[in-house]
Amino acid sequence: MTAKFDYAPAPESRDILDLAPSYGLFINGEFTDGSGTAFKTVNPATEEVLAEVAEANAADVDAAVKAARKAFRTWSRMPGTERAKYLFRIARIIQERSRELAVCESLDNGKPIKESRDVDVPIVAAHFFYHAGWADKLAYAVPGRPDPQPLGVAGQVIPWNFPLLMLAWKVAPALACGNTVVLKPAETTPLTALLFAEICQQADLPPGVVNIVTGAGTTGQAVVAHPDVDKVAFTGSTDVGKMIARAVAGTDKRVTLELGGKAANVVFDDAPLDQAVEGVVNGIFFNQGHVCCAGSRLLLQESVAEEFLARLKRRMGTLRVGDPLDKNTDIGAINSAEQLARITDLAATGEAEGAGRWSPECDLPSQGFWFPPTLFTNVSQAHRIAREEIFGPVLSVLTFRTPAEAVEKANNTPYGLSAGVWTDKGSRILWMAERLRAGVVWANTFNKFDPASPFGGYRESGYGREGGRHGLEGYLK
Amino acid sequence: MTAGLNDAAASESSLRQFLHGLPGVDQVGADQRAASLATRSIKTSAKEFAIDLAIRMVDLTTLEGQDTAGKVRALASKAIHPDPADPSCPSVAAVCVYPDMVATAREVLGDRPINVASVATAFPSGRAALDIKLADTTDAVEAGADEIDMVIDRGAFLTGRYQQVYDEIVAVKEACRRADGSRAHLKVIFETGELQTYDNVRRASWLAMLAGADFIKTSTGKVQPAATLPVTMVMLEAVRDFRDAGGAMVGVKPAGGIRTTKDAIKYLVVVNEVAGPDWLDPDWFRFGASTLLNDLLMQRTKLRTGRYSGPDYFTLD
Repeated sequence: MTAKFDYAPAPESRDILDLAPSYGLFINGEFTDGSGTAFKTVNPATEEVLAEVAEANAADVDAAVKAARKAFRTWSRMPGTERAKYLFRIARIIQERSRELAVCESLDNGKPIKESRDVDVPIVAAHFFYHAGWADKLAYAVPGRPDPQPLGVAGQVIPWNFPLLMLAWKVAPALACGNTVVLKPAETTPLTALLFAEICQQADLPPGVVNIVTGAGTTGQAVVAHPDVDKVAFTGSTDVGKMIARAVAGTDKRVTLELGGKAANVVFDDAPLDQAVEGVVNGIFFNQGHVCCAGSRLLLQESVAEEFLARLKRRMGTLRVGDPLDKNTDIGAINSAEQLARITDLAATGEAEGAGRWSPECDLPSQGFWFPPTLFTNVSQAHRIAREEIFGPVLSVLTFRTPAEAVEKANNTPYGLSAGVWTDKGSRILWMAERLRAGVVWANTFNKFDPASPFGGYRESGYGREGGRHGLEGYLK
Repeated sequence: MTAGLNDAAASESSLRQFLHGLPGVDQVGADQRAASLATRSIKTSAKEFAIDLAIRMVDLTTLEGQDTAGKVRALASKAIHPDPADPSCPSVAAVCVYPDMVATAREVLGDRPINVASVATAFPSGRAALDIKLADTTDAVEAGADEIDMVIDRGAFLTGRYQQVYDEIVAVKEACRRADGSRAHLKVIFETGELQTYDNVRRASWLAMLAGADFIKTSTGKVQPAATLPVTMVMLEAVRDFRDAGGAMVGVKPAGGIRTTKDAIKYLVVVNEVAGPDWLDPDWFRFGASTLLNDLLMQRTKLRTGRYSGPDYFTLD
């Protein structure tokens, strides 16, 4: 009889993080009170209140846009080498405060500390370093445009799934190109953005270059609709993206939208199976599946489906769900009660429509918002769980017989953000990549992000690219 | 073994077909998976469990030209009481020596449940005629070895002569048989540092298991790199899949280059999460090591007393 290797709790310490009881808006380099009704942000793993956060109303947003407009005059004329110094400084401070930022992100968002520590925060720093390098080389950013100019004030609205990382994706290129920003973080995850405001102060960033206005949908609407905003950048749901597109239609505003997805992870029978299992697990259970490019549809070649599912189920049995601050946690808390209700509802629909539901045995904490890693088999294209973005740890498994059928099924969605291909055959990877209508196609890997690599979607997944040279184009004219 | 697995080794061509039909290993993905398992944080009670288990899994090894009876006697004494100051400290699994030192080691160990493992088959290069390899094995078994660590013919493996490697393993296993009909356990060393690719490691693993290996082992310790975490992970996947396919349960032994408690714990995490808890036992997982033991003892004392004493407080053997 072998004894069990029980991993003892290994919680990351919260002591490094010193949260204030309440936070104001960050406008013109200073924290100010908001005019709206302050709201509370909670730890989704415990429902404990972390801090009270000010709400920006239209007047506050106007003040922020005015501050950004004023700062734009000096920031846009500053030599690129000088702007780069600020960005490098911000990147270094992020690295120095990385543990604090990781703890804060896991507390406010619910994601496991190993992800905030090893993925989110390092990529945040990498984005600022990368774009700092571009600030004095913009003449080479857009082919045929040797003297590109910044757009002006960028209004940016970001989601709750990667709060600080989405901030970095938005703020770093905007600043490198000489724009100033008014950013609204998601109402359930404002804290790392407010720590970032402190970092801007620490880096002596000129007042008004970065303004952070917290609040919910109405605050976001005020940012997007403000007449003096030159560029709107949004990451979030397709529904809100459509509202934004309508709101800015007929204006001079430039828009980039990074919206939902229903990515297919296509596994062929000659795939490296153990690594494909890892890729599928990473694709859908990374960040509790709160990932717009999550591989939420698994397309399995029928000749390998049974064996692959057995391996996948065994692997899912080793996933550790629980305290996000525990260093051994693989799956943390669902970000909000609202999101949990949506996932629960869609999963119930899957069952009602006749798909086979399976989850490994796992004890969920009694407090907070939790959903077990879940797999649906016998899913067909007609099922809602195969068509709608669930944005949770729920994987729909479909099968195919030939490469052509795989492409057809993978593309049969209104979305087109990402896709994954698993095969040992190089020529098939290229064949598939050519035909898959997705902004990113990963081959024998998944969820790889690099600041130098452009990211964005097709159709209902949005338009515009973020990252790399292509991302800069969204902030230059 | 099931009929399917028996068929695999029915002929030279079926063996080749079977080994080349195994799913490939993507190197980048395998490295990444091993690295991610290595970030597990093993603390307090879990660490205590892991350290004692790791001590019980050590094959305390000396394989040097300068080995003497005195050196082997010292090593064997250490195997019995790794930490003379603490009677609660478990013994190691085995002492691993060259064939000529087997009797000496057994003399010190007496009838304690600590095995004597002997390398054989023209260790470490494996470059000798088959009858010499078999004589080497018989010699070790007759001297009282409980376990035989053989090396495969890497030259034959790399030129695709799988049948030759298979036949050699079968023959050596037969040579492990004692006069009373019982048999010494056979560990098959691949020297993964020479096989290089993970695809080769997976094929060698299945080849050895089909031929009847009781254990598969990464390295001789004489070639760099020796054991690595991803190579061991690929081998653990192989023993897991082999059992699932109806084959016997086979043990895994990484050897060489594992020197710290931290490293050993990473291996145990991989055993636990890749092969499963069934393999968390000295019967199914071993560490081929010498310096590792003292680090395990130091960390064990630190955990129990809260104090970290220097290497001078542990015996050098």
